[in-house]
Amino acid sequence: MDILLQLIVSGIAVGGVYALIALGFVLIYKATSIINFATGEFMMIGAYFFYTFMVMAGLPPIPSFLLVMFCSALLGLFVERAILRHMLGQPTISIVMVTIGLSSILMGLAEMIWSTDFKSFPALFPRAPVIIGDIIVRSNLFWGFVVAMLAVIVFALLFKYAKVGVAMRATAGDQMAAFSMGINVRSMFTVAWSMGAIAAALGGVIIGNIGGIQPTLGSIGLKIFPVVILGGLDSIAGAVVGGFIVGLVENIAGGYLDPYVGGGVKDLAPFVVLVLILFIKPYGLFGKQDIERL
Amino acid sequence: MATQPILSVEGISLAFGGLKVLSEVSFQVNPGEIYAIIGPNGAGKTSILNCIGGFYRPSAGRILFGGEDITRTTPDRRAARGLARTFQNIALFRGMTVLDNIKLGAHAHLKTGLASALMYWGPAHREEMALRERVEHEVIDFLEIEPIRKQAVGSLAYGLQKRVELARALAMEPKVLLMDEPVAGMNAEETEDMARFVLDIKEERDITIVLIEHDMNVIMDISDRVMVVNFGQKIAEGTPDEVQHHPEVIKAYLGEKKG
Amino acid sequence: MRMGDFKQTYAADEAVFRSGTVRFWLVVLLLAMAAFPFMVGPYLLYMANLTGVAIIAAVGLNILTGAAGQISLGHAAFVGIGAYTSAILTTKLGLPFLVCLPLSGLAAAFFGIIVGAPSMRMKGLYLCIATLAAQVIFDFIFVHWTSVTGGIRGINVPSAELFGYKLDTEFKMYFVTIPIMIAAITAARNLFRTRVGRAFIAIRDRDISAELMGINLFQYKLYAFAASSFYAGVAGCLQVYLLRIVTPEHFPLHESIRYLAMIIVGGLGSVLGSIFGAIFMTMVPEALQSGLALFQGMDDKLMSYLFPLQTVVFGLLIVVFLVFEPHGLAEMWRRVKNYFRLWPFEH
Repeated sequence: MDILLQLIVSGIAVGGVYALIALGFVLIYKATSIINFATGEFMMIGAYFFYTFMVMAGLPPIPSFLLVMFCSALLGLFVERAILRHMLGQPTISIVMVTIGLSSILMGLAEMIWSTDFKSFPALFPRAPVIIGDIIVRSNLFWGFVVAMLAVIVFALLFKYAKVGVAMRATAGDQMAAFSMGINVRSMFTVAWSMGAIAAALGGVIIGNIGGIQPTLGSIGLKIFPVVILGGLDSIAGAVVGGFIVGLVENIAGGYLDPYVGGGVKDLAPFVVLVLILFIKPYGLFGKQDIERL
Repeated sequence: MATQPILSVEGISLAFGGLKVLSEVSFQVNPGEIYAIIGPNGAGKTSILNCIGGFYRPSAGRILFGGEDITRTTPDRRAARGLARTFQNIALFRGMTVLDNIKLGAHAHLKTGLASALMYWGPAHREEMALRERVEHEVIDFLEIEPIRKQAVGSLAYGLQKRVELARALAMEPKVLLMDEPVAGMNAEETEDMARFVLDIKEERDITIVLIEHDMNVIMDISDRVMVVNFGQKIAEGTPDEVQHHPEVIKAYLGEKKG
Repeated sequence: MRMGDFKQTYAADEAVFRSGTVRFWLVVLLLAMAAFPFMVGPYLLYMANLTGVAIIAAVGLNILTGAAGQISLGHAAFVGIGAYTSAILTTKLGLPFLVCLPLSGLAAAFFGIIVGAPSMRMKGLYLCIATLAAQVIFDFIFVHWTSVTGGIRGINVPSAELFGYKLDTEFKMYFVTIPIMIAAITAARNLFRTRVGRAFIAIRDRDISAELMGINLFQYKLYAFAASSFYAGVAGCLQVYLLRIVTPEHFPLHESIRYLAMIIVGGLGSVLGSIFGAIFMTMVPEALQSGLALFQGMDDKLMSYLFPLQTVVFGLLIVVFLVFEPHGLAEMWRRVKNYFRLWPFEH
């Protein structure tokens, strides 16, 4: 029982971070209908930005954090302007592949700039584990969860109430209509990429703080696919729920099944759930199927 | 005794969410006639064709084709049984040549499976050659599109694309041809050509035609009977002449007060 | 003087290689391929064999993704299924190469149909992610079903035998790999001359109107999955006999992406493009690596910058082709050919 409770709590904590990274994916998909396979690499680069500012440049944590957001926004902006803008109207396969190519470029660049050595951050939070009732949560995990949830709430509020968020939603709903209402659709694409990059980067900083960083960190980005499929590609609430489900599933399945198959269940379980969900509800738990016209 | 209708639509209704698109539309199309559906924009004309073709499934009512109930039949089975369709916004396959688009229309009449397609020699080869022969003589010559058959459809002028779409539908060897605005966007000459083709198809090939059109001259010239729909309901039916003078129709087209 | 070509019969017009000139160059190419192994050493033969395998797999993926428009992120897993099928049938049951080859294809096709089954209800990105799930799940099975797959150590396979003749060198394997590759290419070209190939393209271009033309979408999507994974399975079988070992490391997600990169760079939906792409994406990394090897030992710090360059170049190739030449090498080839077609009378 204690083990289960422990697994559930760490599952929720990790799930909250997944939700944030998945948000970085959904923000871009919602506004631009582009499925960003480089979300994991945005996350990894964000973590390296933080490492650069805090460890290499010796800045305090808060300014480093703000600089990470700034630099990630620039990265998102650059990627949209330099690459994705040229892909408007291209078939899905081309857009999928261009973001896959991008992820390869970002990973190679990270290896060149920061080398393949394992790196870790200095302690950001009090080291003592957090104790809730009988449950002990590692301090980095607990605070990571708190920061991730705060970020998710801020993004959700922005998207719902801020002028920019409303414009983004309008663009997502109907690009032509938004255009005729005087919304600059192109700049909305840029904003979406910047915001998506920021969300992913913040997730990267938290993940990096929990387990250290390497250029291969981006492979965690694969897990956002179960998350966003569970939640529906275009649903923010779905991303959050999906994040928790994936966090829980992988921790519980990993905790109980790993001893029998020799590890690796954590990475597999979310995809098994994904397949099951797709068979039952092909467009995710919260996703909508478009009405098609002739 | 009247002949049995080839197509019989019995009280079909259709709704998207709360929006009622069609309510209890019924009509019968006799073999060998040109049956036109007219009505203002958004009246539900294309939705009727979509229900007949199987792309939309009506919430109530039945559709009989050659006396058989096809309401629950999938679109591809309906096509195989002899329902062909041309579209309002041209729906050609842009990655293919004109010839391949037309050949594609014959899909349901061919037998080559995956394995024999990979082998090609033997039955698949003979079938493809027979198809080419047939398509050339019966469709391409007929619609006078020999010079463009090797071109990519995307590079063709609008009027020609419409003609290729008709060619593809003819390659399906349909019993009933559903045409959604065949002359929309065409100039006078192209319109005349298309009207002539439609009449020829009816006369020479024994194909029944159901068409939607906004061009009243064409409707009056070629159709045998006309149905008028407005707000998803049938409001009149008859010969072109009768319909033209029907008070409901004048009201629908010219507005409530002037009626 | 050549004046373009005119045909007397429809059969001549439908032939794959239409003019005498094309047939002449084709014969030259085949002769060159036959002479090749006698003129080079084992390294180039090894590369040629690997490229041949990559071509088979890429042609297969192009049927599914390029022609039928169903994106697959799990192609390497199907190659893997073919490879493991061969390895297991050979080592455990002692089945001969010629039996293993079709069985590997069929085994992969069987799983291809299962993975393609969700395409009945979903399409586009959702289906693409389902194939990603298949890749991850099969990868897990390769690693963890130790009793059958040998886990991360994999399975060692004896060299193939053909009618009692041991195919134990790259030289001998060349004469198996390349003919099978040619057969695979020919079959794919044939496919696109028939209703099946046309139906694939119709589904890609406009699935709704394809259905209204009488094409059963689900059936044809499964056909595409089956054909594509059959090719993958055959490629996997050949790969096992070339490398004499199969381990999970041969079929990671990155390998699936590499196959996708081949058809993107080569040209989506084009058989010729798959060939160009497979050659290009096998040769360029190899050339890059050999190039970098020249610097080996000169400066370790420099090397730490140069090695990741391969990853960057791989990504850049994909992006640059998509942005600047979306129809790939096949389109570049067509332009070059058109330029020389009536040369020097092009005006």
